[in-house]
Amino acid sequence: MTNVDIERTVTVTVNGVPREATVPVRRLLSDALRHDLGLTGTHVGCEHGVCGACTVLVDGDPVRSCLMLAVQVDGRSVTTVEGLARDDNRGGQVLHPVQEAFRECHALQCGFCTPGFLITIAAGLEKRDNTVELTEEEVDDMVGGNLCRCTGYANIKKAVHHAAATMRDAG
Amino acid sequence: MKPAPFHYADPGTLEEVLAVLGQEGAKVLAGGQSLLPLLSMRLAAPATLVDINKVPGLDAVEATGDGVTVGALVRHNALLHDAAAARVQPLLARATANVAHPAIRNRGTTVGSIAHADPSGEMTSVLALTDGHVTVAMPSGRQTVGWRDFFVGPLETSISGPAVVTSAFFPALPPRSGTAFAEIARRKGDYAVCGAGVVVTLDAGGRVASVRAAYVSVGLTPEVHDLTDAVIGQPAESADWAAAGALARTLVDPDTDIHASADYRRLLVGVLTERTLVSAAAEAVGRTAA
Repeated sequence: MTNVDIERTVTVTVNGVPREATVPVRRLLSDALRHDLGLTGTHVGCEHGVCGACTVLVDGDPVRSCLMLAVQVDGRSVTTVEGLARDDNRGGQVLHPVQEAFRECHALQCGFCTPGFLITIAAGLEKRDNTVELTEEEVDDMVGGNLCRCTGYANIKKAVHHAAATMRDAG
Repeated sequence: MKPAPFHYADPGTLEEVLAVLGQEGAKVLAGGQSLLPLLSMRLAAPATLVDINKVPGLDAVEATGDGVTVGALVRHNALLHDAAAARVQPLLARATANVAHPAIRNRGTTVGSIAHADPSGEMTSVLALTDGHVTVAMPSGRQTVGWRDFFVGPLETSISGPAVVTSAFFPALPPRSGTAFAEIARRKGDYAVCGAGVVVTLDAGGRVASVRAAYVSVGLTPEVHDLTDAVIGQPAESADWAAAGALARTLVDPDTDIHASADYRRLLVGVLTERTLVSAAAEAVGRTAA
């Protein structure tokens, strides 16, 4: 018999850590991350897939967390902006090259859209062959689905190039 | 806003999906990239969502000499990068490249977009332009429905009762033919103000034999317009594509909305038709020579 539920318990690996939450089935993934798991780095802007602020990785691919239900990530792996930095094995953390580039290039002002940009760009750069020159068109395609209303896109695009260069040099 | 409360099921077989869909107010959830916004904006409030993501066998793209069959769970991004599908019917990759943004294409399904029947969707027009059909599973069995019978109105198809569109079939590009697809949008990845897909077919002598076009965000349901009369028999390299664009403008019946007036959309139909035909004709010439 098929289970037709109003509430479910979801087990999901978030930033490498197994987590569990019991949620109403209508809970959006974005809200589950923020309210049920306390990861408020994922921002919620438009809540209908336009602004890109809530973008997270599900099994490595960028998706809008406001356009997925929390129950749909049961058994899967989610990466949020909190999972981008790496441990430096001395009790601290090292920023991801994209985070570092955003700081370097002043690619954020109010910061609301930033988590979505960071996740989207990190995934975009990690998936491509970094020995091939990054074109402006590729950069536009990468950031075109995220809305920023403070800095404009010039510095964000600069940061994409900066991060790409760092990642290429790091091999 | 948040979706209104609903019940949720994610069965592992099509039979179970159809059984739950038999309940009052049940709706299919595939990629959810159109459905979830509708739920969050409370434009839709189904009693039950039936998630088909756990049904096996619906995620395949099969390209044969006849055409490309796209399963109900194939994401836009998978179709966009399917080289075999692009060889058989180049419009598929060209059109999916215009569907929203990468993060949306990672979840959104091509078949779901067709079943959603939004006149501003790219893939509804491509199904029409290629003269494709969908396969629908119902408790009584499977049925094939051609695009003309499938699209009834904006966000409305001819399918009712418990049913799931399990695949869409896009016939292969005919020999001596070329295609192109282009859109004008306010921002890259936004819904198109106007989009155009075209297929040009040449005769054995390299002269225009057939020209067909379908548009995005123009009209209430997908339509295919025959523009052959404007350029029939002309050499592909020097055909009067502007005349075909002018003919297209007289055939379409676009609406006015906050993004564009009907007149502006009609103008774009002419511009995009001419622009895409030039590139489709060049491709047809190349494929004829090869």
